[in-house]
Order: sequence, then C-alpha cells, then structure tokens
Amino acid sequence: MSAMTPEPSAGLWTLAWRRLQRDRVGMTALIVVGCYLLVVLLALMGWVATDWTREVGVNYAPPVFMADDQDETAQPSRVEQGPSGPIPLYGLQDPLAAELAAIRARHPGAQVFTEAPRRLSLPLGGDKWGHDVLTKVIKGSETSILVGLVAAVLATLLGTVMGAVAGYFGRWMDDALNWLYGVFTAIPYLLLVFAIAAVLQQKGVVTLVLILGLTGWTGVFRLVRAEYLKHKTREYVLAAGAMGASHARRMFIHILPNTSHVILVQLSQNVVGFIKSEVILSFLGFGVPVDVVSWGSMLNEAQNELILGKWWQLAAAGVAMAILVTAFSMLTDALRDALDPKLRY
Amino acid sequence: MNLAAFLFRRLWQMIPTMLGVVLLVFLLFNWVGGDPAYVLAGKMANPDDIANIRHQLGVDRPLWEQLLIFVRQIVTGDFGNSWATREPVSEIFRTRLGPSLVLLVPMLVLETFVAIVVALAVAALRGSVLDRTLMVTSTVMMSISLLIYIIVGQYVFASLLGWFPVKGWSDHLWRNLTTYAVLPILLGLMVSVAPSVRLYRTFILDEVGQDYVRTARAKGLSERRILLVHVLRNAAIPIVTNVLMGLPALLTGAFLLERFFAIPGIGREIIMAVERSDFPIIKAATVYVAMATLLANLLGDLLYRALDPRVHFE
Repeated sequence: MSAMTPEPSAGLWTLAWRRLQRDRVGMTALIVVGCYLLVVLLALMGWVATDWTREVGVNYAPPVFMADDQDETAQPSRVEQGPSGPIPLYGLQDPLAAELAAIRARHPGAQVFTEAPRRLSLPLGGDKWGHDVLTKVIKGSETSILVGLVAAVLATLLGTVMGAVAGYFGRWMDDALNWLYGVFTAIPYLLLVFAIAAVLQQKGVVTLVLILGLTGWTGVFRLVRAEYLKHKTREYVLAAGAMGASHARRMFIHILPNTSHVILVQLSQNVVGFIKSEVILSFLGFGVPVDVVSWGSMLNEAQNELILGKWWQLAAAGVAMAILVTAFSMLTDALRDALDPKLRY
Repeated sequence: MNLAAFLFRRLWQMIPTMLGVVLLVFLLFNWVGGDPAYVLAGKMANPDDIANIRHQLGVDRPLWEQLLIFVRQIVTGDFGNSWATREPVSEIFRTRLGPSLVLLVPMLVLETFVAIVVALAVAALRGSVLDRTLMVTSTVMMSISLLIYIIVGQYVFASLLGWFPVKGWSDHLWRNLTTYAVLPILLGLMVSVAPSVRLYRTFILDEVGQDYVRTARAKGLSERRILLVHVLRNAAIPIVTNVLMGLPALLTGAFLLERFFAIPGIGREIIMAVERSDFPIIKAATVYVAMATLLANLLGDLLYRALDPRVHFE
C-alpha cells in the first residue's frame, strides 16, 4: 500500500534548503553568522562578557601575544599600589579623624573598597581605562547585532504590511503609500536618520532601533508591493475569494507565503545595512548612549588610541564587524540564489 | 511627446513629493521635536527668556502658521541665522558648497570610470580565477566600514608616512585638488568602487548573452571590439541610471570624509549641526538635498532616454 502513495513533492523551503546546502560559500557564511548569533545569545543570557565596565587591566594593556613590549607610560604604579595601608602621620593630628569616625559609626557594616591588582596584558588588550577589549567586543557585537536585527525586523514588518496593502487594494491606498515611499526615498537615507537623531534628544538603544526601523522600510515596500500586484489576480487568490476568504485572510494567509522568499532576502539585506548605519551613528555620537558599548562607539575611542599606537581596539572591533558583514552579505546572496534560482543578481 | 512636455510633466509630478518632504521635515522639527526654545535658552533659562525666544522663532503661533513660515523660508531661501554661530544659513550653504563639490565631482567621475574598466576586465575573463578572486575581494572590501578605511588610511598615509596632509583645506582650487582632496577621494573610492564593479559586471554579462553578440562574433569582430563598442553601448543604459541612483550614497560617504579631513563642506556642517542641535541648518539641508535628489533622478531619466532610442518620452 505504501508503495502506491507517491512521495510528496518537496516544498519551496525544502528545495531552497537543499540548494543552500550544496552552496559551500553559503553554508560557510551561515555557520559564521550562526556563531555570532550564539555569542550574542550567550552575552544576552549573561554567561559571557558580563561586565565590560570593570577595569581589569592597566591603561592600554597590550594583548597577551605582545606582552613583552609593555609600555612604560601605562602607569604600572597603579598595579603595585594595591590596597592602601595606614598613612604615616609624622606626629600630626589627622584633621579628618572625627568625621571619619562618625561616618564609620553611621555605616557599621561598610567595607573599605580595595582595588584588585590590574593585569599587565589582556587577551585582546585593554583600552584607555583598562577595560578588557575582548569583553567589549563581545558586548559591542551584542549591541550592534541586536540593533541591526530588531530594526530590520521592524522595518521589514512595516514594509511588508504597507506593501501588501498598497499592492492588494491598489487605487487611492496605493497612491497614498506610493507618495509616502517617494517622500522617504527623496531624502538620502543617512541625512533623514541624522535629522531624526537631532530632533529626538534622548539617546538610547530603543530610540536607535526606532529611527532605523521607521526609515528603512522603503526597499521591502517596493518589492512586496510588486509581488502583491502580481499575485492578487492569480487563480488561487480569486478561488480563495470565491470561497469567502476575507481580504486580510487572502493577503496574509494566501499571498504572503508566496512572497516570503522576497521578504527573507530583504530582511537579511536590511540587517547588514542597519548594522552599518548603527556603527556610523554611534561613531558620530548620535547612536548608543555612553554607558552602552557598540562597534561604533569602540571605533570612536579607537580613533584616538591609534594615534598613540594602540591599535588593538580598532583591530578587534573592525575585524569583528568585517567578518560578520562579509558573512551576512554572502549569506544574503546565497539565500537569493537558493530561493529564486531564476534571479541572476 | 516631445522633450519639453515630458520635462514639464515630470516637474509637475515632483510637486506632491516635494510637499511631502516639506511636511515630513516640518512635523519632525516643529511637532515631534517639541519646543526648541529650551534647547536654545540653555540650562540657565528663565521664563522670560524662553517666551522671548519662542516669539522670535514663531513657535508660539499655531502650527499652520508655522508651516507657512517654513514654506516661505524654503521659497525665499532665507532660513534665518544658524543657532550656533549666528551666520546666515544661506551664507553657510553658499560657502560650503564649493569644497563639497571639489570632493564629490572627482569621486563620481573616478568611481564611474574605474568601476567600468574593472567590470569590463572581469567580464571579459568571466569564470576565471581572476574573476572569482576579484568578486570575493570586492565583497570583503564592501564589508569593511568606511570608518575603518578613513581611520586607518588617515593614520597610515598621512600621520605615519606623511604622503598627504592629515587634514586641512586652502582657498585655491588647484591646491585643494592636488593636495588636500587626494587622500579623501582615494579612501572614498575604496568603498564605492567595489559594489559598482559587482553591479556593472552583471549588467555587462546580461548583454554578453544576447543574440547581437553572437552575430558580432559570427561576422568576425574581435572580442575587444565586441566588448568595448557593442556591449558597452548597451550596458551603458543601466550603468548611467545606477550612477545617478548611487549619488545619495556617495553623498553620505562624502559627509564622513569631510568631517575626518576637516574639509569645510556641507556634510561636515550638517554633522556639526546635529551635534549642536542647530535646527535651521538641518531643516534647510534636508529640504534642499531632497530637491537635488529628485532633480538628479529626473536627469537620470533623461539620460536613460537619450542613451536608449527604443524608449520614447511618454
């Protein structure tokens, strides 16, 4: 009996996955992106890079592989100091003794803070204050990738809904949304982002995501609208309508799955674009606030460090970003090839 | 339809988009942004000062009246004075346009030229190791942030090797072009050439597969003549459109270059204005750059039609 039933033909996604698996470059890119996402997840859960603000090394601690050329100007004295002992008074009365005693009496359980000895070298070196660059890079990746991902999801969602409405309903809705599209694309993207950043005075990761997400929907809109224009008169949609499916059901249950490959590729492209934008904004100081580290804010610090010959923070942030963006771009290309073999570019 | 009618119709169609830009910028700065008087008056403001500033800016009037003021500012080009330096905004744009163009025009020309030459070369050698190496290299080059190119390039070639001045600008066009603008232009090209090469390569390869190329081969034309005369002429149509579409991206790249190399251009002025919450400059820049973008798109359309005799003005 089982021999009689034909094997179900593979769906779009199964076929795409098979094509992607045959693409060696695409699979490598997928693994690299997966590793980054894993690190972001671990950092989010607080398992790695818990506290980047701890000053664990000496100022500008060099990376371990070049620990020998320790810079004399890096204030090694701060390491030798350790916890301070009683200060010699040379027979003088301590003028603050009474106040100190009063403070101690008010906070009986208080501990005297002693600084842990700072390390002379760190895995990837240290920055101006002795923060561990490795920890900063992981935290920075978390910020930059999360901002890119969430903003891309927001922009793609907006673009998809608007594109679906414009393409499906047409007429005045299409005109209105097309007009909005024209307005948003008339202003160069970064200039629009700058203008919004100037207006919104409070800096923050959420603000940043909103700025990028609310301005970046145009690319998705254009493509999804075109797809809906094409699909809305196809037989399967007309049949669904004849069976009494509502507009919303036809738009999002019937047509949406058939445009999902376009949306996925756009989403992937947006992530790369938004990560780049976030880095530029944070570099200029219009992005993440000062208590958050991102690749952009690291590059900003590294710019001044480089002149002093301390290149490791720049290298760490730059390489981390370049690898991710390369992998993500290649993954986008591979996804496009796998999902739409007819398309050439 | 003739050219004049086409131009007129396209300019007419631009009006609603332009009104939308004006409305968007207006809502952003006069409604979302809240009261700019608090920004201007600073930390030690007293109510009198704030009322005074509000009156001067006109923000104590109803929104529609403020919108009229804004439209009048755009039409007359008089945006008042910069909040930070008291310099008239129109004066700022007039004096900063020159340096920006000294940077932008050579970048645009060189980028187009280099990208076409490299794309032709890799298209001629398609499928070879060189082709694939160049394609992978260009993907990697695209992935490195412009910031890294600028920071490292400025440090290595200007600070360390001293081949170029670290930053600066002069009053002489030739001196600017040959000394101060060289490194910024080269660094800008590092980023902008790679994506163009990839795109132009696909445009050229699309043409290489056409029947007319086979015909040209069949009648014995050399491969070089086919590529340089027949294919390039046809591939030029999408390339020209793309060059003009890529202008905004080139512009934002120039913004960063101007800031790093202390070139007194419009981009640096805009970044400084965002830092200082200098709203008149940002408002004027957004509106005028949007206008320029729309005109550039129109120019692209015209060139497209001029290059492709099959397309008629309709």
